[in-house]
Amino acid sequence: MSPAAALELATANGIANRSETVVDTALSVRELTVSYGEKPAVFSVDVTVPDSTLTAVIGPNGAGKSTLLKAVLGIVPTLSGEVRVFGQPFAKARHRVAYVPQRASVDWDFPTRVLDVVMMGLYRELGLLRLITGHHRQTALECLDRVGMADFAGRQIGQLSGGQQQRVFLARALAQNADLYLLDEPFAGVDAATEKAIIEVLKDLRAEGRAVVAVHHDLATVADYFERVLLINVRKIAEGPVSEAFTSETLQATYGGRLATAHIDQLRLPAA
Amino acid sequence: MLAGFIEALFLQSGYNAALVAIGAGLLGIAAGAGGTFLFLRKRALVSDAVAHATLPGIGLAFIIMVLLGGDGRNLTGLLIGSAITAAIGLYLIDWIVRRTRLAEDAAIGAILSVFFGLGIVILTVIQTMNRGRQAGLESFLLGSTAGMLFQDAVIIAAGGALAVTLVIVLRRPMTTVAFDPDYAAASGLNVRALDLAMMGLVMAVTVIGLKVVGLILIVAMLIIPAVTARFWTDRTERVVIIAGVLGGVAGYIGAALSASAPALPTGPIIVLVSFAIFTVSLLFAPHRGVLAALLTHRRFQVRVHHRQGLLALARNEPIHDPMTLEVLRREGLIRKDRVATDAGKAQAAKALRDEKRWEIARQIHQDEAVSDRYDGLTPIEDVLTRDEIDDIDRRIGPPVVVESAG
Repeated sequence: MSPAAALELATANGIANRSETVVDTALSVRELTVSYGEKPAVFSVDVTVPDSTLTAVIGPNGAGKSTLLKAVLGIVPTLSGEVRVFGQPFAKARHRVAYVPQRASVDWDFPTRVLDVVMMGLYRELGLLRLITGHHRQTALECLDRVGMADFAGRQIGQLSGGQQQRVFLARALAQNADLYLLDEPFAGVDAATEKAIIEVLKDLRAEGRAVVAVHHDLATVADYFERVLLINVRKIAEGPVSEAFTSETLQATYGGRLATAHIDQLRLPAA
Repeated sequence: MLAGFIEALFLQSGYNAALVAIGAGLLGIAAGAGGTFLFLRKRALVSDAVAHATLPGIGLAFIIMVLLGGDGRNLTGLLIGSAITAAIGLYLIDWIVRRTRLAEDAAIGAILSVFFGLGIVILTVIQTMNRGRQAGLESFLLGSTAGMLFQDAVIIAAGGALAVTLVIVLRRPMTTVAFDPDYAAASGLNVRALDLAMMGLVMAVTVIGLKVVGLILIVAMLIIPAVTARFWTDRTERVVIIAGVLGGVAGYIGAALSASAPALPTGPIIVLVSFAIFTVSLLFAPHRGVLAALLTHRRFQVRVHHRQGLLALARNEPIHDPMTLEVLRREGLIRKDRVATDAGKAQAAKALRDEKRWEIARQIHQDEAVSDRYDGLTPIEDVLTRDEIDDIDRRIGPPVVVESAG
């Protein structure tokens, strides 16, 4: 490999950037506003996600959780605001971010196999024309193995259960070898074993110094799975460590009357 | 006629027939491969609008060339004109979808009919002009290969090569965009530009196909091969390759067929050949074909009886169903007097455990994909991951030996 190519590869993997800029903020969002028509879906939201953390994004349906992720990723246009990833504008640090969309957002009868989907995570590295080698296949298989799906590599994706689909999506993100992972409802409609497998992978990512942000619905598991929360309902309600930001007051403010007080009492909230 | 067809198939029917067959084959390859991404992106009908939007361009190019004192029927000029109005039509569809509340189907309907109507008006006006041998422009509607020149075949070959190259270069981003546009956008792909490139590809195929199949039927050459190829494979790149091959075969055979009899129009015959291949695939393709579905159903029925029989053995219940008895007897699981053999006992015990696992699995996995896989013979190992099965086994407890049925 030529030095230039090596440098290019290093940059693509985020190695060069990491050594140049010392940052402990994985994601920083300032005054982000997104609107469909004239009704803001996300209004002037600030977010700070430190390195090596698991953050849950929590809020009722239509609160703008998915929209927030999509706006950060540049999938939906923003009206205002700034997104910085590892201290750089998003466009420059895009290669350090991996996205796991809602699994319902794609057609699972698409003609492709599990391994091919994971391989999509390597397309940036492969470019347009480079041929797929055993090395790439090995990488994709390792990612599948991390989510317990190595035996399913040759399956058509239409044969998978919901939990398995979710695992494949996660494996594709792992293949990108990113430093910031944004997941849209990774636990929605999956079985218990899959939920466990996914959270183990997410905790491993954190242990490796990466940051994970996941839209999450199950309030009962927030304290178990995550250390930080972001509560939003169009506007940001609260943000910070679970012990400080995930309280009955903030939940009441986020969900309004939609969350019965009795339900809140059942959650294992940190003592106020 | 058969002799004529065979002659044409081996390019022995004269210069023009050979040119047409080669040109149609190349066009078929380009259209089949290029149309695949259109089909996978679920935007097949956009190509129909693009094709119809070529008509005003043909007419306008003719008028301009005549007014400039040239030959109004210069093919290159006509194709450039058709590409320009097709691009305008495409842009307008895109604009309507992004800027108004109209959905894409409404935009397609509007642009298709308006541009086609405009094209017909321009063609009619040309009929009243007294200059430039205007007869023959309407042949672009359904194609006309009678007067095909070597130069025309070269244009098809060049355009086709360009289209195939574009498919090869853009296969990865186009696959990503077709499967998961949000993910594609998040990983930095310009979805809009790729969609435009895909449409540019379609436009190129349409324009070079005007001469052979005409603008009304070109959509069939773009879509039918991809839909047909989908029957035969579950992998994107193979869909592309098979669609290209099928398109090429249909083009070549169709052209040969039409050359074998005096009154057979090339374009429509190509489409019919393509449709014949589609029908065969629909009926006989493994897994996704109709016949395969019937066989699968039949096999499923046998599996159900097999399983029900084994479970009845395991639970010591009497079996009355003649088909169940037949299935078990055929596999040597019971004797003539309906007593289970050793193999039958062993399988019955295994079936009972698998059944328990399934029972729990179906409680846990309430989504349909897992429940759908419950067909009575699929071992649960085929459907669930190891940790999922371990999780279930913990709930069941250790294996229990089934008391042999007598």
